[in-house]
Amino acid sequence: MTTPAATTDLSALPTLSSEINELNETQLIEFANAAETLILQVNDARLLQDLRVQLTGKKSALTGWSKQMGKLDADDKKTYGGWLHQVRSRIQEALTAQQQQLEVAALNAKLASESIDITLPARGGQKGHLHPVTMITQRMQQYFVQAGFNVATGPEVESDYYNFEALNIPSHHPARAMHDTFYFDAHYLLRTHTSPVQIRTMEKNEPPIRIICPGRVYRNDSDQTHSPMFHQLEGLMVTESSTFAELKGLISEFLEAFFAKELTVRFRPSFFPFTEPSAEVDILDDNGKWLEVMGCGMVHPQVLTNCGIDAEKYTGFAFGMGIERFAMLYYGIDDLRLFFQNDVRFLKQFG
Amino acid sequence: MKISEQWLRQWVNPNNTSEQLAEQLTMAGLEIDDRYAVARAFSGVVVGEVISVEQHPDADKLRVTQVNIGAAEPLQIVCGAPNVTVGMKAPVATVGAVLPSDDVSNGKAGFQIKNGNLRGIDSNGMLCGASEIDLTDSIDGLLELPADAPIGMDIREYLGLDNQILDISITPNRGDCFSVRGIAREISVINDLPMQMPNIPDNSQFTHNEAMPAVTVSAIEACPRYLLQSISNIDRSIDTPKWMQDALVQSGLRSHNFLVDVTNYVLMELGQPLHAFDADTITGDIVVRLAQPAESITLLNEQTITLTGDELVIADDKGALALAGIMGGQRSSVTDSTTNIVLESAFFNQLAIAARARRFGLHTDASQRFERGVDFELPELALARAVDLITSVTGSQAGQIVKSESGDHLPARAPITLPITKVRDVIGIEIELAVMVRILTQLGFEVEQQADSLICKPPSYRFDMSIKEDLIEEIARIYGYDNIPSVLPHLQVSMDYDDTADLTHEMKLALVDNGYMEAISFSFSDAKLEALLDDKALGEVLALANPISSDLAVMRRTLLSSLLPCVQYNLNRQQSRVRFFETGLSFVGHSISDLVQTPSIALVAVGNIWDEQAYQNRALDFYDLKHDIEQLLPAQIDSTRIRYERSELAFLHPGQSAKLYIDDEYVGWLGQLHPNTAKQLDLPATWVAQLSLAPLLTLAREQKAITTPSKFPQVRRDIAILIDSDISLQTLESTIRAAAGKLLTDLWLFDVYQGDNVPTGQRSLAFALVWQDRLQTLSDEAVKTATDKVVQALTEQHAAKLRDS
Repeated sequence: MTTPAATTDLSALPTLSSEINELNETQLIEFANAAETLILQVNDARLLQDLRVQLTGKKSALTGWSKQMGKLDADDKKTYGGWLHQVRSRIQEALTAQQQQLEVAALNAKLASESIDITLPARGGQKGHLHPVTMITQRMQQYFVQAGFNVATGPEVESDYYNFEALNIPSHHPARAMHDTFYFDAHYLLRTHTSPVQIRTMEKNEPPIRIICPGRVYRNDSDQTHSPMFHQLEGLMVTESSTFAELKGLISEFLEAFFAKELTVRFRPSFFPFTEPSAEVDILDDNGKWLEVMGCGMVHPQVLTNCGIDAEKYTGFAFGMGIERFAMLYYGIDDLRLFFQNDVRFLKQFG
Repeated sequence: MKISEQWLRQWVNPNNTSEQLAEQLTMAGLEIDDRYAVARAFSGVVVGEVISVEQHPDADKLRVTQVNIGAAEPLQIVCGAPNVTVGMKAPVATVGAVLPSDDVSNGKAGFQIKNGNLRGIDSNGMLCGASEIDLTDSIDGLLELPADAPIGMDIREYLGLDNQILDISITPNRGDCFSVRGIAREISVINDLPMQMPNIPDNSQFTHNEAMPAVTVSAIEACPRYLLQSISNIDRSIDTPKWMQDALVQSGLRSHNFLVDVTNYVLMELGQPLHAFDADTITGDIVVRLAQPAESITLLNEQTITLTGDELVIADDKGALALAGIMGGQRSSVTDSTTNIVLESAFFNQLAIAARARRFGLHTDASQRFERGVDFELPELALARAVDLITSVTGSQAGQIVKSESGDHLPARAPITLPITKVRDVIGIEIELAVMVRILTQLGFEVEQQADSLICKPPSYRFDMSIKEDLIEEIARIYGYDNIPSVLPHLQVSMDYDDTADLTHEMKLALVDNGYMEAISFSFSDAKLEALLDDKALGEVLALANPISSDLAVMRRTLLSSLLPCVQYNLNRQQSRVRFFETGLSFVGHSISDLVQTPSIALVAVGNIWDEQAYQNRALDFYDLKHDIEQLLPAQIDSTRIRYERSELAFLHPGQSAKLYIDDEYVGWLGQLHPNTAKQLDLPATWVAQLSLAPLLTLAREQKAITTPSKFPQVRRDIAILIDSDISLQTLESTIRAAAGKLLTDLWLFDVYQGDNVPTGQRSLAFALVWQDRLQTLSDEAVKTATDKVVQALTEQHAAKLRDS
C-alpha cells in the first residue's frame, strides 16, 4: 500500500480572521459546512485521522479561537462559546461518522477478499450406518418396551434341555424334525430359536414376567429364503390372568404399529409343542394374499411347570417372529442373503 | 398331503364353494398350502366320436376325419395322431376353444383353436391327446375315452377336471388328519353336519380256507393289534378302476397294480397303512418281533439295510419280511404274477416306529402316519374295506381273519377333566357350555358333565389329547380364533428395567458417529481362518458336528474370523476404505463344558481416516483406532482409569497393539493385524479391536459423583522434557500425578517430537499441568514447589532432562 499524503489541503475552507471577536455566526456556520464537506471527501483512514488534528488539534484555527475565549467578557464568552461549541461538535461528529463509514467499507472489502466457494465438499468423515436387522430390532423393541417388556438375552450354544426338553420337545418328538439343528455333541447345540432365553428367565423370576428376547438363531438350511443363521425376536408374558384374547390384542396392535398402517390380521390355529392353543399370524398383503408373519400361543402348562411356575395359578403367552422376515417386508427386500453379505453398498442405505 | 375335494365331498358335503371350504380348513388349523384344479383352465373341448378316417391326399402322416360332437353336421378335422380309428371317442377342441399353453407370455391364457387348412384340406377343430388338455400322456396320440362317454359333453365335466386338489399342511400333532376320513371329520364338525361313511361289508364271515400262517407277536407293546387275512386266486388281468386310479393320482400317489393300489386307496381313504404280502413267498409262521442285531433285509425299493435291534420287523421262518410300519421287503412283495396274498392291517406303537425310518433315509406314507399315531380301532375296518374292494372287483375269495390283540397294551385314553371356567381363563371369552359340548362330542370325545367340569374321554384316533389345555385348544379352533375378541393386556410399569440393550445401542451409535458401518456376520467360520487367527489365550476351536459347509464349520473365537472375510468381500468390489463393527458372542474355551460365550463388540478398519477428498487425508494409525475405541467407552470413564499394556496376541502387530484395562479390569484388545496375517488374507494394513461388553455395561451404569466447579482460578504450568523413547507416556503421567499433589486437576501431553535437536533414542515431550484449589487461590510459591517436585521426580526416576521452555 502506498502511503497517502499526510495532510489534507484546507484551502477549501473559508479564510477567516484568527481573532475571535472579528467573527460572526454566519461565518462560523459556513466554516462548519465547509469542514463537513471536506471531511466527507476523505476516503482514507489515516488522512481522516490527520484531518482531525488539522481541524481540531492544538494548531487548528478552531483551537486558536477557543484559546481567546478567556479574553472575552461574559456576554461574548457565552455567545462565542456557544458558536464555537457548535462548530466543534459538528466537525467532530462528521469526523466520527466518516471514520465509521471508512471502517465499514474497509471491513467489507476485507470480507469480500475472503470469499470462498461454499459449494466445495465438507471436510472429514461421514457417519456410518446401523445394520437393517438392528434397525428393525430397535423398531420392534420400541413397541414392546413401551408396553412394559424387558429385553433379555442368553447363550447361543445351548444345551438340548433348554432348546428342546424344557420346551416340551422330547427327543422322539416329530417337531424336532421341524428344526434343522446344528449339534456339537449329543447334548450341546446351537439354539434353533430364542425360546431358551424364555426358559432361563422363567427359572430365575417369579411372575409377572414380560420379556422380549431378540437374538441370533441357527438352522442347518441355506438357500434364497433360508440362512444358517438369522434373527428372531420372541416375547413372553406370564401373569395370573393372561389370555388368548390379550395375545390377539397385543400382537394385532404391534403389527399395526410396526407397519404403521391399518392391517387385516388373522390368527390361524397351528401347532407348537411349547404353546397351546397355538396360532400362526397372517397379514393380508396389498395383493390380497395372506402372508405368514409370526407364530404365537398360550404357554404350554408343561413348560411353565418345567420352569417351576405354578401352571394352575399362572397363564402366559409367547410369540416369535423372524427379524429378517420383517425387515424384508418393511424395506421390500427379496433376498435374505443380502443381510449377511455385508456389502457396504447395501448397508449404507440404512440409518 | 394332497386330497381331492370331490372325494371329501363324498363323505361330507357342506353348502359352500371350494374357496370357502379351503378357508374353513385353514382356519381350523389344517392350512391349505395350495389349491388347484386337476387340469389348468381351458374351454371349448367336448367328447367326440370319430365316424370316418381317410388318408390325407397330400400328406402321408395326416388323416382326414369326420367327428361327431352331437351337432347337426359332423366336423371335418385333419389329424396326425397315429392311433386315430373309426369309432373311437376322444376329446375334440372345437373352433374357438382355448387350450392351456406353457407360453403365457403375452398375457394370453392359452392358444386358441381356429378354422384351418392343412395342405389343401379344411380342418375345423382339433382331436386332442392328454397333454393338450393338461393331463399326463401315457401314449403318443389321442386320449381314448371310454365307449360310453356321452358325445358332446364338456370334457372338463366328463373327466372331472374342475375338481380341486387341496394340498394340506398337517402339523405333527394331527396324525388323525392324514386321510379323507380325518379331514372329512373336521369338515363335519366345523359345519355341524353328519359324515357319510362308505358302505363297508363285514369281512369276518369269509372262510375260504387256505393254509394261513399262524401269527405270533413277541413285541406285544410295539404291536398290540395285528390282523392278517388272505385272499386267493386273484384274477390279475383286472386293471385298477379309473375312479380309483384318479383318486390315487390326485392324492399324489402313483398307480402301480390293482392290489397295491387298493392298499394305497384305503390308506388315503381311512388313514390305515396296509401291507400285502405274496402269500406264496411266506415260509412257516408270521412273527412280529424286534429285529436281531445285524439282521438285514432288502426292502421294496431294493435298498438292503442292516438292522440294529430296536426296529420292529414282520418275519417268517426265513427271516424279516418287512420293516413294520415303514416298508415291505422285496422277498414277499406283490408282483404282477402274484395271485395269492396275505393282507396285513395292524396297530404299531408310535414309539416303536419313530425315528427308525429316518435312520435308513426312508420316509414312507406308512411311517409318516405310524410315527404320528394311527387310530388303534381302525385296523379291522380298514382290512374289511380292502378285502371288499379286492374281492368285489376280482371275484376272488378271502379267508378267515387271523389276529393277535392285547387290549392292555393299546394306548390308554384316560378321561381329561376340564373345569368349565378354565376355558374362559385361558381364551378370555365365555363360550356357551352347549357349544363346547357339541364341539368335543363331534370331534369324537365321550363327554360327561360332572359338577363344574366336563369329563372328556378322547377318541382312539387322537394321540395329542392328554391335558385340559388340549381340549381348550380344540374348543377354541373350532369355535374360531376369529370369534375370539382382541383386548389389550393391563399396563405394567416398573423401574426394574434392564437397560443392556439400550446401553449397547448407545455404543453402536458412538461407532456410527465415527464412520463405522454395522456388519452382521455368521457366528461360525472357517477352521483355516480360525487357525490363522490363533492364540493360546483363545483355547480350542469348537467345531460343529454337522456344519452346513466346511467354511462355516467352527465357532468363532473372535469376531474377526467372520468380519475379516466381509472386509475382503468389499475390497474385492472396488471399496478402498472399509470400517465395520459388529456385536455378537465370541466362543472361547478348551471344551464345550468350559466354553465361555462373551458378548463382544469388534471393530475392523482399512484405508485412510477419511474417504478420498480434496483435503489432506492420511492412512489410519494406532492412535485413530484408540480414539474410536475411547469414543465408545461410557462417558463417565475418565482417562485416569484407563490403562494400556502391550498385547501379546499372536495375530496382532507386536509393536502396535494393546490390551485395554479399565480400573485394572481387562476389557479387550486393539491394534494392527499382524502384517503376516494380513498378507495371508490378502489384506492391506488392517486395524482391529475387540472389547467385552459386560464390563463396559457395568461402567456405563455407574452413578458418577458430581462436583461443582471451583470458584478459584486455575494455574497452568508447562513442562518440556527430553526422555528415553522406551519410557511410556502412561508411566510418565503416573509419575507426574504422584509428584504433583492432590490439587493437580488436569494433565495432558501437548507436544511430542523426535528428530532434529533430539538425541537418537530419545523424544521430547511437553506437558500441560493444571492446578486448582477448592478453598483458595493458589500462590505462585505453592505452584512452583509442585512444579519443582514434578521435575525432580521425572529427573530422578526417569532420567528426564528439562528443556528450556
